[in-house]
Amino acid sequence: MDKTWNNKAWFMVLPMLVLVAFSAVVPLMTVVNYSIHDTFGNNQFFWAGTTWFEDVLSSSRFHDALLRNLAFSAIILIIEIPLGIFVALNMPRKGLGVPVCLVLMSLPLLIPWNVVGTIWQVFGRVDIGLLGHTMAAIGIDYNYVNDPFDAWVTIVVMDVWHWTSLVVLLCYAGLVSIPDAYYQAAKIDGASRLSVFRYIQLPKMNRVLLIAVLLRFMDSFMIYTEPFVVTGGGPGNATTFLSIDLVKTAIGQFDLGPAAAMSLIYFLIILLLSWVFYTVMTTYDAKG
Amino acid sequence: MARISLDHIRHSYLANPSKDEDFALREVHHEWDDGGAYALLGPSGCGKTTLLNIISGLLHPSHGKILFDGRDVTNLATEERNIAQVFQFPVVYDTMTVYDNLAFPLRNRGVGEADVRARVNEVLEMIDLVGIADRKARGLTADLKQKISLGRGLVRADVNAILFDEPLTVIDPHMKWQLRSQLKLLHRQFGHTMVYVTHDQTEALTFADKVVVMYGGEIVQIGTPEELFERPSHTFVGYFIGSPGMNVLPVRLEGAVAHLGGQAIALPGAMEAGTDKRTELGIRPEYVRLGNTGMPVLVSKVEDIGRQKIVRAKLEGHDLAIVLSEDGVVPADPRVEFDPKGINIYADDWRIGTGG
Repeated sequence: MDKTWNNKAWFMVLPMLVLVAFSAVVPLMTVVNYSIHDTFGNNQFFWAGTTWFEDVLSSSRFHDALLRNLAFSAIILIIEIPLGIFVALNMPRKGLGVPVCLVLMSLPLLIPWNVVGTIWQVFGRVDIGLLGHTMAAIGIDYNYVNDPFDAWVTIVVMDVWHWTSLVVLLCYAGLVSIPDAYYQAAKIDGASRLSVFRYIQLPKMNRVLLIAVLLRFMDSFMIYTEPFVVTGGGPGNATTFLSIDLVKTAIGQFDLGPAAAMSLIYFLIILLLSWVFYTVMTTYDAKG
Repeated sequence: MARISLDHIRHSYLANPSKDEDFALREVHHEWDDGGAYALLGPSGCGKTTLLNIISGLLHPSHGKILFDGRDVTNLATEERNIAQVFQFPVVYDTMTVYDNLAFPLRNRGVGEADVRARVNEVLEMIDLVGIADRKARGLTADLKQKISLGRGLVRADVNAILFDEPLTVIDPHMKWQLRSQLKLLHRQFGHTMVYVTHDQTEALTFADKVVVMYGGEIVQIGTPEELFERPSHTFVGYFIGSPGMNVLPVRLEGAVAHLGGQAIALPGAMEAGTDKRTELGIRPEYVRLGNTGMPVLVSKVEDIGRQKIVRAKLEGHDLAIVLSEDGVVPADPRVEFDPKGINIYADDWRIGTGG
């Protein structure tokens, strides 16, 4: 096929290119620039090579934060994905229940992150929070400010509360797209409830589940606002995730070089892990 | 294998049906013989699929009972009725192989693996899927997927009945013919009670011993293909079966004579329709003779469809189709005569008699 070449067409994409350059490319290159230089402000840069990268990669502070991130993502995926599937399976398919459930499910997703953090920060407080106070009243020793385990529980429960809806909505979309004939055929074939799930519902949810896992992984791996608001990374460093550590390094300590190196490593880890997830799940999908 | 009795079945999809129009199935009272091959024929929305789903238990009828060999199964779940059903659009278990798809209904019922293998291989052979037995069902063509669905319907040897809900809709014409003959062969071989839903008269007439014609939620006629053709008991059957369908002309009855406008048509015997009834004369285009004697007609069009010609004409202002042999010619002053053995008389759409 003959394509028409008209170089004026470049002007059409130019505004977008400029926009992307200023919003993404330039800031990213600035970060790259910081990561290989040392600076003491006043725009003086000294060549540092890979020093910062080596420092970050060998620091136990970075390792610990990375492990926390991995643990957090693993925990919330293990809880939110099965829970989301379970809730979606039990949601009504027709009638008045459908819009009611959908609206209720969407509510947590509409709340801004820092508001979610604040809600839980107050909710969990032993002195005035409904949750914290109730726990204390029934004799459970719960205090997210002092106890690392309680802090983790609070953040995990908060994330589950905030984001399981997303998994539910995605799975529900997959489920309602299954034609009735499949369920009828399953009845004719004498399939058990488990077989229906295993051979009809799960295969049909495959694609949306891939999206759900990817979205939840990326989001949870980049988590910042909520733990920052609730625990501020504490107690100690118990809930200091990579993002929180990064901000501490960059803004708190003004170590721009190491912070830049850390950002790039952080970015590459997310990219790599997402790619691994995607590849593994699509290969599995193709094999069936 | 079982005799299936439908005892005054009525069904409505509405919660509180009040009038006849609310019922998708108005009243079906009928018995399907053990080992019979039936076709349910009718236009879309006439209640065919509703009736089928009531037999298989996917739907619970609003009124009436279903009996298998005299045993009331109305309240039994689909699984307990031991029925096989093939749907209009292919349903396959994507993640399983073709072999596992066919084995699925057997395994769910706890059949031993050796028996499963024997039976599945037999069915794979029958429907010609041996070559792809180990392929995943995902990604196969619609044709092949529907064959798998058919195979799952045929795989259980001990079913009470096999129900087909327009199973060949998605299959291309050549394969359609092949599969239909194969089904017929299987029916002769195993003697299952088979019910085949279709809106295609050729499919119904070639598959079934008995064709059940449905219209507006009711069974209007049950008969052999020949009976449906020669003696349609409802004008709808006359119109729906045959191509072109039966000519239906409004007439006034007077003893053994039917008056159509200014024309008088002699009937084989005297007819009494009763007062206040709409009386009509039905005659198939095959029984209308075009020649130089009889009632004058106005020919408007001649369609050549290969082995024969169809003449479209007006008789006393009413549309009339006439079948003419391939080498037949339309005379200069065309007139028609009705063959008495092809004449059927209807009162309010229901046949009251006459004909050879």
